[in-house]
Amino acid sequence: MSTVKNEREPLFSAKNIRLMTTPLNKENPITKQVLGICSALAVTVKVEPAIVMAISVMAVMAIGNLVISLLRNSIPNRIRIIVQLVVIAALVILVDQVLKAYSYDVSKQLSVFVGLIITNCIIMGRFEAFAMGNKPWPSFLDGLGNAAGYGWILIAVAVARELFGSGTIMGMTIIPEGFYKFGYVNNGLMILPPMALIVVAVIIWIQRARNKDMVEEN
Amino acid sequence: MNKNSNTYIFIYASLMVVVVAVVLTMANLTLKPLQQKNVKNEKMTEILSSIGIEANAENAQELFDKYITEEIVINSKGDVVGVYKNGQQESGTERAFDINLKVELRKQNKTQDGHFPLFIADNEGMRVYIVPVFGKGLWAPVWGNLAFKEDFNTVFGANFGHESETPGLGAEISEPKKEGKIVFSDQYDGKQIFDADGNFQSIICVKGGVANQSKVAPEHGVDAISGGTLTSNGVTDMINDCLINYVEYIKKNK
Repeated sequence: MSTVKNEREPLFSAKNIRLMTTPLNKENPITKQVLGICSALAVTVKVEPAIVMAISVMAVMAIGNLVISLLRNSIPNRIRIIVQLVVIAALVILVDQVLKAYSYDVSKQLSVFVGLIITNCIIMGRFEAFAMGNKPWPSFLDGLGNAAGYGWILIAVAVARELFGSGTIMGMTIIPEGFYKFGYVNNGLMILPPMALIVVAVIIWIQRARNKDMVEEN
Repeated sequence: MNKNSNTYIFIYASLMVVVVAVVLTMANLTLKPLQQKNVKNEKMTEILSSIGIEANAENAQELFDKYITEEIVINSKGDVVGVYKNGQQESGTERAFDINLKVELRKQNKTQDGHFPLFIADNEGMRVYIVPVFGKGLWAPVWGNLAFKEDFNTVFGANFGHESETPGLGAEISEPKKEGKIVFSDQYDGKQIFDADGNFQSIICVKGGVANQSKVAPEHGVDAISGGTLTSNGVTDMINDCLINYVEYIKKNK
């Protein structure tokens, strides 16, 4: 037994930390793996729903990864996708119920998109690719990391869209009144979904310009 | 036990479903009171906003008690079947606030015995009648509140809500009121639901604008939303289908 104990790695070993940090940049689910784009379009008009969405996804992904990882040795291989879906669906319903009880306005804004976390490709992807084959703690960190990677892109896009689309951030006016008097106009296109794709593309562009090794060969 | 045997899979799946069901039911039961309170506060906020009172979740109850002096339940024959006043039920058994308009409209359609809510507000000495409306939009339910002046003919204010109309098009019906800008619901102010002869005309959303046609008199029409015609038609039908049940009551109490 004592030898096993000695082999145990510390909770925040370099390897575990890396699980959390790589998704923020090099292995980012949105900019590198291009997953979860659908919700990135939908909830990034304003910053507040984007933050709530990021937190919700983080809760679902971290806890889901943990649960799947705990169950991984008992899950029958033939129904594993169904089991994963049930876990996600149950967690999403919980998140939805909690939002309805404690943050009603935001839950109304997010409306269907909370339910759509169920189909968020990132979550299924991490369950299948990571949690099914790894221990609970690394899985939990992997979930947190990937959700954070998803979340920061979401919030960055939302800041850009709300600032240029409505002139506000978190509902507070940022662009001074004077600008409007000189003919500055909020960009209506920023509020429409296509602009989210363009902003995401700009982030991908910047990211790859800085990390040459992320650029694909072809 | 073989993890890929049918027995194992069946037992696993059944257990999983039971566990998940228990967890979700428990969460639902514990959070329900809070959720219902939120829904109630929102309803109060919407009713108040039709008479131009801005309320939020914190002061909704307080302002509602202050401004709404009487809640009446009527039927389509114009009889009063319930009165709720000063925090207590004065007659009948139903309270207007608790009425589910969707259920009552369906009842009315089938057997003509729907009961409809009517709120009476006191806005700085003026008696205002508030009629909640409910109907179908393009994708999902739309609803609203119409407030009438003392004559129960001229609209004092209106507000609308929707569940999932198209953002930027149909969803404009619920655009929040803003100073210096005329939003969809502002158009209803001052419109009338009866013509000069006392016939019920409702208020109609006119495609292409009220000013550009002659079918609907300007006092009975508002401009429909460009690109949101189906939602606008839903609003027209909703207002007509709901208000028609109040016509007898209005005529009796003139």
